[in-house]
Amino acid sequence: MTGRDTILAAVRANQPKPTPAIPTIPLFERASARSLIEDFGEALVSMGGKFVPNLNGKPLDALLKSLFPDAAAVCSATPEIAGTRIIDSSTEPAALADVDVGIVRAAFGVAETGSVWLSEEELTTNALAYLAQHLLVLLDPKQIVGNLHHAYGDPRFKTARYAVLVTGPSATADIEGVLVHGAQGVRSLTVAIVPLPEVSR
Amino acid sequence: MRPINHAEASSHFIEAKEHLEFHDRRLWDLRLKRDRQAHGIPEWEELRNLASIIKEHTLSHLADYLEQFETQAKRNGAYVHWARDASEHNEIVYGVLSARSAKTLVKSKSMLTEECDMRPYLETRGIKIIETDLGERIQQLDGEPPSPIVVPAVHKLRGDVSEVFARTIEAQPGNNDPHYLAEVMRRNTRPYFLSAEAGMTGANFAIAETGSFVVCTNEGNADLSANVPKLHIACIGIEKIIPKLEHLAVFIRMLSRSALGSPITQYTSHFRAPRTGTELHIVLVDNGRSQRLGMKDFWYSLKCIRCGACMNTCPVYRRSGGLSYGATYSGPIGIIIDPAFDIRKYSNLPYASTLNGSCSNQLPLVKKEAIRIIGKVMSEPQLYRAAISATGLAIEHLPRFAIYNWLNPWGKQREVPEVPKQSFRSWYLENRTRQ
Repeated sequence: MTGRDTILAAVRANQPKPTPAIPTIPLFERASARSLIEDFGEALVSMGGKFVPNLNGKPLDALLKSLFPDAAAVCSATPEIAGTRIIDSSTEPAALADVDVGIVRAAFGVAETGSVWLSEEELTTNALAYLAQHLLVLLDPKQIVGNLHHAYGDPRFKTARYAVLVTGPSATADIEGVLVHGAQGVRSLTVAIVPLPEVSR
Repeated sequence: MRPINHAEASSHFIEAKEHLEFHDRRLWDLRLKRDRQAHGIPEWEELRNLASIIKEHTLSHLADYLEQFETQAKRNGAYVHWARDASEHNEIVYGVLSARSAKTLVKSKSMLTEECDMRPYLETRGIKIIETDLGERIQQLDGEPPSPIVVPAVHKLRGDVSEVFARTIEAQPGNNDPHYLAEVMRRNTRPYFLSAEAGMTGANFAIAETGSFVVCTNEGNADLSANVPKLHIACIGIEKIIPKLEHLAVFIRMLSRSALGSPITQYTSHFRAPRTGTELHIVLVDNGRSQRLGMKDFWYSLKCIRCGACMNTCPVYRRSGGLSYGATYSGPIGIIIDPAFDIRKYSNLPYASTLNGSCSNQLPLVKKEAIRIIGKVMSEPQLYRAAISATGLAIEHLPRFAIYNWLNPWGKQREVPEVPKQSFRSWYLENRTRQ
């Protein structure tokens, strides 16, 4: 018998009875009196992220300049803003090692946790979200769901090769519980609420 | 092999007073953070119940769900391997690496690979392994196994880390700033991420419906390990399966709230299919789990999601340190799981409990089961009776030095009570049989 068949036979022989039916999970609608954007922002900041609730008419370029005045290598995975580095489907992950700022538009956000949803579709090369020193994420205010139950109902979880809920920057508290950002991934994560341009709606 | 002596190992830990106080305080702080998060969502108790039912349902249909997971994962383009035990697991991993001439492996934290003792196996075969979780790396550089599940180097103070880094990765001697030390680690590890031929992750959950698996980290090291090299190997215990994405929501809402008191980990990463031009290998590992599934009182332990909340609250754990358990899984959950791997080696661990039940109240999934199981081990009739009569004989006939030794940690601060002439059980049997 192969290892596979041995294991499955042993599991089948030993699995416990009785057997509760599979439960359906309620969506647990959130009870918050505040807007999704407010809850999102508060959760994000509590996880160490920076939150820009609106651009106040400022162009994206100006936001980028004000956040990262010294950035030399900027790599944008969204056509809404140009970087100094090109990223496309042929970009090798290691080629992004010297990127200062990565920019990406999230598919959606989660108010409960302050998370943004990214996949290979948004990132082009997944490593952009980790090898860059800083990450700037654009989020459409209409694309925020209340909690994780709603988030996991999104059909893109079934088609994306890789999907990640990113919540704040890379962090560690492994030395005496002292919080350090930029453990291995990005040192900072900024989410800016920026409506999707009309054309791409 | 001599049984692991938890009491003796703890006494070394307790001697280092500063370390003990910090360890106790830090873990209690995690416990308080968890409480705040739990109280922050009104449906917390309902989620605990649902999580428990999902796990019981899944474990009682595990074979079917494993097959469904395998079918989906293969359809997604992943390779699926099955390992009956630790050595088969290690052989499979080495086989995949050597067939692709991979010499360097960047890996994120995995309790399973610790359980399989994979690192020395691969290292003696010429594979260089870089642990990329900060706590795990500190332990690797210092030649120690990880301490608890979630925060592997929590028993070390900043000065200890500084000393390890100065000795091994060229940190400035005497610089104890945690920010500096984390930065040294980041710079030391980055080149390995860029050049390693292979990356390895574990999994917190595997979803039968989609054939995907989920890894929760705060550092982003698992995502680097999986998204930069051309080969990704994921080692997954067969009990990690859950049926559907909607069930995943329940566990993700609970895991980090229970472990660290944050609403979610910084990165919750879902791997379904290999990136274009790369390979994804999934190793499904049994290593005793299918047997434990058939053990009347122990199968519940397979519901454990490894959040570590039971450890943060455990008075024995907080004051003895994870390493004193001498096993991959420490704390209250270790007391339950470890003897199932090696009953002799871990025979003393069930006594590392005060039966206070705090661990059970913290559990994300179930309420009373953990403490019931620990109690069960302590009350196992044959074991208990054998121990009692042996102890009675010993106390009557042995000199004092033989009673107050490492076999009897209780004797440290207590006098052993006088042995009654007759045990209650033998009195009971005598009198009842007479009637």
